[in-house]
Amino acid sequence: MIHLSLARGLRAQLVLVFLLVSVLSALIAATITFRQGRTAIVERAQADALQDLRAHLASRTPDLPADPTETDLRTLALQLDRAAGIRGWRTALSYRGGPLIATGAQPPLPAQLRTQAATSTTALAQRFHRGQAPWLAVALPVTAAARPHGPPPLVVYASFSLASQQQDVDTLAAAARAGVLPVALVAIVPALLAARRLLRPVRRLRTAAERMAGGSLDTRVHVTGNDELADLGRTFNTMAATLQSDAAALRDMEARARRFAADVSHELRTPLAAMSAVTEVLDADAASGRLAPLTAEALRLVSDETRKLSRLVEDLIEVSRFDAGVAVLSLDEVDVGELIGKTLALRHWRDRVRTDVPPGLRARLDPRRVDVILANLVGNALRHGGTAVSVLVQVRADTEQIAVTVSDDGPGIPADLLPHVFDRFTKGDAARTRTDGSGLGLAIATENARLHGGTLTATNAPRGGTILTLTLPRNPP
Amino acid sequence: MTCVLVIEDDPAVRWGVSVGLRHRGHETILVATGEDGLAELVAGAPEVVLLDLMLPGMSGLETCRRIRAFSQVPIVILSARDDDVDIVVGLEAGADDYVIKPASSEVIEARMRAVLRRTTPPASSGQTHTTHGDLLIDRVALRALKHGTQLALAPTELKLLLFLSAAPEQTFSRQQLLEQVWEHSFHGDYRLVDACVMRLRAKIEDDPRNPRYIQTVRGFGYRFGPL
Repeated sequence: MIHLSLARGLRAQLVLVFLLVSVLSALIAATITFRQGRTAIVERAQADALQDLRAHLASRTPDLPADPTETDLRTLALQLDRAAGIRGWRTALSYRGGPLIATGAQPPLPAQLRTQAATSTTALAQRFHRGQAPWLAVALPVTAAARPHGPPPLVVYASFSLASQQQDVDTLAAAARAGVLPVALVAIVPALLAARRLLRPVRRLRTAAERMAGGSLDTRVHVTGNDELADLGRTFNTMAATLQSDAAALRDMEARARRFAADVSHELRTPLAAMSAVTEVLDADAASGRLAPLTAEALRLVSDETRKLSRLVEDLIEVSRFDAGVAVLSLDEVDVGELIGKTLALRHWRDRVRTDVPPGLRARLDPRRVDVILANLVGNALRHGGTAVSVLVQVRADTEQIAVTVSDDGPGIPADLLPHVFDRFTKGDAARTRTDGSGLGLAIATENARLHGGTLTATNAPRGGTILTLTLPRNPP
Repeated sequence: MTCVLVIEDDPAVRWGVSVGLRHRGHETILVATGEDGLAELVAGAPEVVLLDLMLPGMSGLETCRRIRAFSQVPIVILSARDDDVDIVVGLEAGADDYVIKPASSEVIEARMRAVLRRTTPPASSGQTHTTHGDLLIDRVALRALKHGTQLALAPTELKLLLFLSAAPEQTFSRQQLLEQVWEHSFHGDYRLVDACVMRLRAKIEDDPRNPRYIQTVRGFGYRFGPL
């Protein structure tokens, strides 16, 4: 699931970055377009206004006397106002730096323009705001033909609202803004496609890695192209091949080791079969008192060790049967209480072990194998729990499984030994003091439990003592 | 004292078993092959046969079959545990019980004795002759007749029939049968019972696949009848 969210994360990140880049580009493009458009519109309005004003003035100033009176000027202003047309400008005149002369109310003019116009010989324009509306004011100096280089005797001012141009600019801005959203939306499609394409090898690698983790070491990814991801894919394939060959070599070695153990056990069995048949003769002679004491001791030793060796070899063969996978369950429906009672009675443990089993509990299991498990668990508890140990076998069942716990009040299992208690040849102490057990008992018990589809666990009780728990499914495989 | 024919190819095992059994007061006839075993069975008239399954030449299974063709002498298989399948086949071929090698002479003798006891009449009194359908069971002469003809039953087959027919229509679990007929006190091998029932059916039933006398009670065991 981590892989899945990572892929989602990568895709989301890629799409986000793509979107961001495209929106940013669209915004920048729109802004530049808007600014240039706005400048063009305003400059055009300004140039048009100046041109018109100049044309009107050119047709009327020749009528003006050399030294016009206020009335003359007012008449000129009136004429200019009338020629305003759609622009609707309002004009005012200033003669030789005198006050503004207008027909009606004075047009709004920025003070800065007036001071600049007093000395300027060229036309001036200034944008300003009146209330919320943008306005443009122009100043046009009119020079006398007799003194072209002196300060202009007459300055014509005009100002008008730029509302209609502002409308154009607003439309432009709205258009630019409106353009960004579709661009962003349209950008998602290539972004998704690009992300998909980029992530496809990543996804393939993830699937392959998951299959490898699941145990199919023959998994390889199909590599195309020469980019970094293709390199990664090739590295993955190399790694998979190495892993596969290593695993195969290991399995081969393990199989050979197991076969060897099985072969050795079988080879040992025949001489042991001969020896086992005669140990009794040795025992009888050793006990007869007719032999020299040392000879009798030697006979007892040989006899005892032959029995132990036989058990060890039998256990080894049993283990190798599990390893080879040839151990089979022979299921039968039995009374669990009876089975446990028989296991204890056979080994004369009846008076040393208490039982707590629901009466009449029946289960499908392999009685021989469960007997082996129980004998091992109880035998261990009795052996390692000390002389006065009290052992309890308890059975609890639900619809799913049967749990058999074997608990004792002995010293418990040392914490460092606990995880290895079911390993082969794990013994009660580090010095590997030999006990009656072969060292394979709990390992065989575990295999028998596993064969039933059950489990075997060991824990130490909080108040001391060991609890071994066997769970068996009600419906074994 | 019992005369035991040991058919075992490994000289050490043969020797060891012989020493162990002689120590317990039995007489042994030792042979290494199935062919020699068959010859000794006629010449030496042993009371019980210990048969190894892994034999050179004629296999243990074949030997078992050939013995059963003319003799109902008790046969105990002496086998290694991983000849598991062979054990089943051996039981089906007519062996009465088996012992896993390596085994002490005590264990071998115990199994031998249990088989031999099957040829002696059970302590139960009651009727000496009972008739069940076409079957006549004679508990004194220890024989069973079908349509008046005596059936050739091996000791275990006969004991199983006597045991089951003594309590008609009563169901016995396989564990109970192992304890009563085979005298196994441990968690015995139920295949012993199944193989023996199969052999017995082949001899007494008209249609062994549709048995009247030895009926299976699924999940519980076997019972005799009802007819």
